[in-house]
Amino acid sequence: MQASIRLERDPAVQYLLRIGDTCLILGQRLAEWCGHAPILEEDIALTNMALDLVGQARALLTHAGRIEGQGHDEDQLAFLRDERNYFNVTMVELPRGDFAFTVLRNAMVATLLKLLWERLADSNDAELAAIAGKAVKEARYHQQHAADWVVRLGDGTAESRRRTEGALKQLWLYTAEWFESDPIDEQARASGLGPRWAELREPWQAEMAAILDDATLAMPADCAFRSTGRSGLHSEHMGYILTTMQHLQRSFPGGVW
Amino acid sequence: MDNPKEPTAATPAAEWPLWEIFVRSRAGLDHKHCGSLHAADPKMAIQLARDVYTRRQEGSSIWVVRSDQIVASDPGDKGMYFDPMEDKVYRHPTFYQLPDAVDHM
Repeated sequence: MQASIRLERDPAVQYLLRIGDTCLILGQRLAEWCGHAPILEEDIALTNMALDLVGQARALLTHAGRIEGQGHDEDQLAFLRDERNYFNVTMVELPRGDFAFTVLRNAMVATLLKLLWERLADSNDAELAAIAGKAVKEARYHQQHAADWVVRLGDGTAESRRRTEGALKQLWLYTAEWFESDPIDEQARASGLGPRWAELREPWQAEMAAILDDATLAMPADCAFRSTGRSGLHSEHMGYILTTMQHLQRSFPGGVW
Repeated sequence: MDNPKEPTAATPAAEWPLWEIFVRSRAGLDHKHCGSLHAADPKMAIQLARDVYTRRQEGSSIWVVRSDQIVASDPGDKGMYFDPMEDKVYRHPTFYQLPDAVDHM
């Protein structure tokens, strides 16, 4: 059994891991659809996107490991941290739900990541800017693919609409966390590493409003609930997904393909 | 022509229509038929074709055509359409003596 690594809590590292872990955990959730999507073509599409996200996570975790300076590589960071050292947004760790839940979550997260990558392409960290330049193309497609499904299902049959509305109500609660500023964000902004996520709130809401409008769905009202995944405090679902992800690396330390 | 939205024996109401997919690998080359898939409308057909047929860098452009919009020759006409060409070797320009200076003919 491989013990956990101790993560150096550096603001720049945590800023990168918030994005990298969000990609990593959503990639893992999407991979759960492999063999289960409603049609074969969508099965391939979802797993393509899962692998895009894992690829983005690999680049970011590798880069975060270098900045951390403790010699941790992408595998150690992905598989050997304890739960509270993961900084993904809480939304991506929620169980995959039904297809409406999955495509709506994809649309919300892809819109966020697209806006983030667009800003990060101007980062004064050249490596991060290069990662962003490549990832933004993937995120644009993820957004278009997911948004199309949201429109089809929202403006579809009574059943698809009921499910999409239910997913919207549930998922919306977890978006407020994204746009809360904290010292990690402020420092990234000050150093030129990347934007405060709060700056993305307005464009994110505008793009989501357009998608929901096409889907004939009403944007839910803001609420007081705040999830805290970006600070390392996760929902009850996080432990289970980490157990699945980490099992192999913990049981067979250093195992590779 | 039949209304494409009307269910037919080939596309029952509960099933999405079939689309033929053509992919162009590089600018300047032609679109080549590479397969078919089911999709609800043209936009979905293009997206699914992107995910199914170009995921290993096969493409730079995609065409989709509804399979029921393709007009095909009748397999029963195969004999009179194509067999008479069997003994017309003179239609191949292989009997000319080419000057040595002409390459790549």
